Formats: sequence, C-alpha cells, structure tokens
Amino acid sequence: MATVEYKGKTFEVDEDGFLQKFEDWTLEWVDYVKDSEGIKELTPEHNKVIEFLQDYYKKNGIAPMVRILSKVTGFKLKHIYELFPSGPGKGACKMAGLPKPTGCV
Amino acid sequence: MAKHQTPLLDQLETGPWPSFVSDIKQEAAHRAANPDGVDYQIPVDCPSDLLGVLELSFKDKETHWKHGGIVGVFGYGGGVIGRYCDQPEMFPGVAHFHTVRLAQPSGKYYTADYLRGIMDIWDLRGSGLTNMHGSTGDIVLLGTTTPQLEEIFFDVTHKMNTDLGGSGGNLRTPADCLGQSRCEFACYDTQDLCHTLTNDYQDELHRPAFPYKFKFKFDGCPNGCVASIARSDFSVIGTWKSDIRIDQDRVKAYVAGEFKPGGGSHAGRDWGKFDIVKEVVDRCPTGCMSYDGAKLSIDNANCTRCMHCINTMPAAVKIGEETGASILLGAKAPILDGAQMSSLLVPFVVVEKPYDEIKEVIENIWDWWMEEGKNRERVGETMKRLSFQKLLEVTNIKAMPQHVKEPRSNPYIFFKEEEVPGGFEHDEAAYRQRHMR
Ligand code: SF4
Ligand code: SF4
Repeated sequence: MATVEYKGKTFEVDEDGFLQKFEDWTLEWVDYVKDSEGIKELTPEHNKVIEFLQDYYKKNGIAPMVRILSKVTGFKLKHIYELFPSGPGKGACKMAGLPKPTGCV
Repeated sequence: MAKHQTPLLDQLETGPWPSFVSDIKQEAAHRAANPDGVDYQIPVDCPSDLLGVLELSFKDKETHWKHGGIVGVFGYGGGVIGRYCDQPEMFPGVAHFHTVRLAQPSGKYYTADYLRGIMDIWDLRGSGLTNMHGSTGDIVLLGTTTPQLEEIFFDVTHKMNTDLGGSGGNLRTPADCLGQSRCEFACYDTQDLCHTLTNDYQDELHRPAFPYKFKFKFDGCPNGCVASIARSDFSVIGTWKSDIRIDQDRVKAYVAGEFKPGGGSHAGRDWGKFDIVKEVVDRCPTGCMSYDGAKLSIDNANCTRCMHCINTMPAAVKIGEETGASILLGAKAPILDGAQMSSLLVPFVVVEKPYDEIKEVIENIWDWWMEEGKNRERVGETMKRLSFQKLLEVTNIKAMPQHVKEPRSNPYIFFKEEEVPGGFEHDEAAYRQRHMR
C-alpha cells in the first residue's frame, strides 16, 4: 500500500487515494487532498459536508445515501458537485476520510 | 511470440464461434507491431497482460481483479468504472484497467468516420479493446489508466461530440431499438424519445442520487428488440389501439405461396407449403383469429398484440393505425429473488413531443423511489415491497383490469373503501366471531 507524507503527517492510502484508516484523518489530510479533487479553497460549506459524512459514518459504519446527504446539509446535488467536482462519493467521502464506497458499477 | 503462455484460453479459440481470445491476441500483435506509429499513452502490453491475468484466473479459479474502484472525471459521478489487478507486478499492463462507458447514438447508427475517430482516441489513450455494446447499450471502452481519464473525457466530448454513459446509482444510458428509421412495426419514434429523454435527464444520468441503477429502454413494438420488458426498470413498448389492418388479397397471396412467410427468414430448410391455419391462426396465443378458407378475421378485443401474425405475414397484416406505447415498470436481473419482468403500469399513452405525459410518470416514480427506496433496491423491488397499489397511488394512475396479471383466472383487485361508490361496511370484530384467524 502506498503512503503519503504531508506536513509531517503520514497517511496510508489505497490506489484510488482513499485513506486506509479512518482514524488517520486530520485537517492536513483535507488540505492534501483538495488540490487533486479540484478544490481551490475550503469553505464552511465544504466543512459542513465533511462533518456530516464523518458523523454519519461514526454512527452507522457506512457512508450515507446521497439523498440523505443532500437533505441534511440542505445542498442540492448540483451544489455538492460544485463544492466537490468529483462528486460526493469520490470527492467528499475521500476528503472526510471515509473508506472507499463500494459503488455499484 | 506471446508474452504469456495461455493454454487454457487457447482452448476457447477452438469452438465454432468467433472468440474474444483471438480478438485480444490480434490487438496484442497489432499494438506490438504499431504500424501507425501511435504514441501509446498506456502500456503497450495491456492486451497481452489481459490475456495473462485471465489465464491465471482460469488456473486459480479466482478472479484477479480487485473489488470496486472509484475513479471518474470532474463534474460527473459516473461513466467510469475503476478496475485494478491484484497482481500488478506480474501484469503491469493491466495494473489499472478502468472501463469507460460512452453513450451510444440512438438506434446505434454509426458512420465509419465516427468509429475511426473513437478508435483513434482509444488506441492512443486506452487498450484499443472495446465491447460493442455493453448490455445496457453503451459503447464500452475496456482498460485505461487513471491519468488518461480526463484526457479521454475531453477528447470524446470535444472531438466526437459524445458523452459518457451512466454507472452507479443513476439513470443508465437509455437505449432503444432502431424504430421508425427502418422498421415498419414501430409504433412510435423510439429514437426521438430516447434522445430527448437522454438530454432532458442529464443530471440524473451523470450525478448519481438514486438508491440504485435505473434503466430506460424503448422498444418500438412488442417484438422487443432491446428486450425492454426484461432488462429495464422503465420499459416503453410500442402498441396500438385500433384494429390490426388486414389486406385480404395479400393474405390469399401468402396462402398461394406468392409471399414467403416471415419475410423468408426460415429459408434454411424446406418447411413445406405455407399453412395459414397451422402456422398463424392456431399459433395465436389468445385464439382470437379465424380463417374460413378465403377470409382472415381477428377479434381485436382479444388480441394481446403478441406480433405473431404480423411477423409471419407482414405484407398482409399490419399494426393498427392508432399507435402509442405501453409503459411497464420494474424489470431486473436476479439479485434478491430472481429475474423479474416489468409490470404493466400505463396500458396506453400517446407518444408525442414534448413527451410531458411520459415524463410525469417517470418523475412521480423517481420522487417516490428516492424517498422510499432502500440502498441498492431497484424500483421493481420497492414496488414489490410496498405493493403495486402504492405505485398506482403515487403515479395517480387508476387501477384497471390491464393491471391484473391474469384477469380471467385471477380477478382480484384490492379496493379501498373510499374508492368504491357508496363504500362498504366491514365490522372486523363481528367478522372475527364468525371466522377464526
Ligand atoms: S422492437 Fe419492434 S419496432 Fe423496434 S426494431 Fe424490433 S420489430 Fe422493429
Ligand atoms: S397479434 Fe398475436 S394475439 Fe393478436 S391476433 Fe395476431 S397472433 Fe393473435
């Protein structure tokens, strides 16, 4: 498995660049990922999505369905894609440190 | 000399049919020779290593693809499926082997130029291997690496005016039969409906928000060339309301052997003289046809539009003039409890631009399914779980005999009290005194 060093922190990641361990998540991780996810500057809206994803994951052990993410944050799906250009699954979950969603093909 | 020895795969080439193994070998040889001097952007060995990893899988009786993978392009949540090999050192050419889905044109009409254009991009940026077409209908480009994805997306959209298809919990690339462009049986313009809905539902196609996949398929008539009834959540099947048109002179011509039955499609063997009673009348599944030696009659009220008589004698028997479509919901391949065909929801709808009536049905279903559907539950499963009545309620469609699977042998429809004029009284306590549980 690949490891990433950033600002003195070390992260283990899988081939899609997701954190291997949720516990490894730190603010440095968010900063590290944002460029590759096409995000220029982090806003409170980004943080709101990230915080909700983490809360939900801690409670339920899985990522929420997109519809629930939309409902709770009040952001329309389009807006979520504006915030996270690679989408809620690939972009937002990765930044929040959630394991890779086992998306259906 | 092949990079990997593939004795097990080689056996597959000995069968009577064209073999994908031969195809991949051909591409492997072509890439190695590189006669056009292509500046390959992914390993030239990709097809060879694909053969190698498959051979190993056959030997181990286990797949060597890892489960899942999340890759994509900015702005879209679907269209690319991540694939990684779990033996990247042995098979570096397929360490990444992502699939790119492209939306196929309605009716799958191509020009040679277009196909060359797609292949120029794919030879340069991918494995050169394709699957024309995937079971949803997409053009499937097999095998590329993550850094190539945005490049491919740019090239296909800018040079080929072609978009990515769907994947994940979204609207999958809609597919249709070629319809009125070539087929006299088509009851509506499948290509226009397919194309229009594809454009109208771009968000649903590219940004997954559904509980699971959702497929549209459009068949121009009940012959079902895209098998919408078996393979799509939302099946639109051409049908007609008025009587089947019969040209009695041509019926006679078929009987006299002037026309070949079935357009001559069973010519491989001598079936003897055409027998209209045996081959058409007696084959009518509802027994609604008769032939008195001179005249063919159809009791149209009992015709279920199976297409048999029309397929057998297309020159003499034609679909009715008042055409439209039926909408059926909920087909899926076996996941939870077996394969399921779509159920009839709208017996007849006129198919006319801008298709508002059809879109209303679609959007009502989506609203309901997105609210009620569980994660990874196809709409057909939601329908079964919450009942067909519920589906009728959310789509504002009244229950009617056509909704009953076998109305003649199973005439039960559940009515709520307020739906029956005058209502009815039911005293549960008194009833239970007479009838034990
Ligand atoms: S489904 Fe019907 S209309 Fe469409 S191509 Fe087949 S036969 Fe023709
Ligand atoms: S279409 Fe089928 S059901 Fe209708 S009359 Fe012809 S054979 Fe009978």
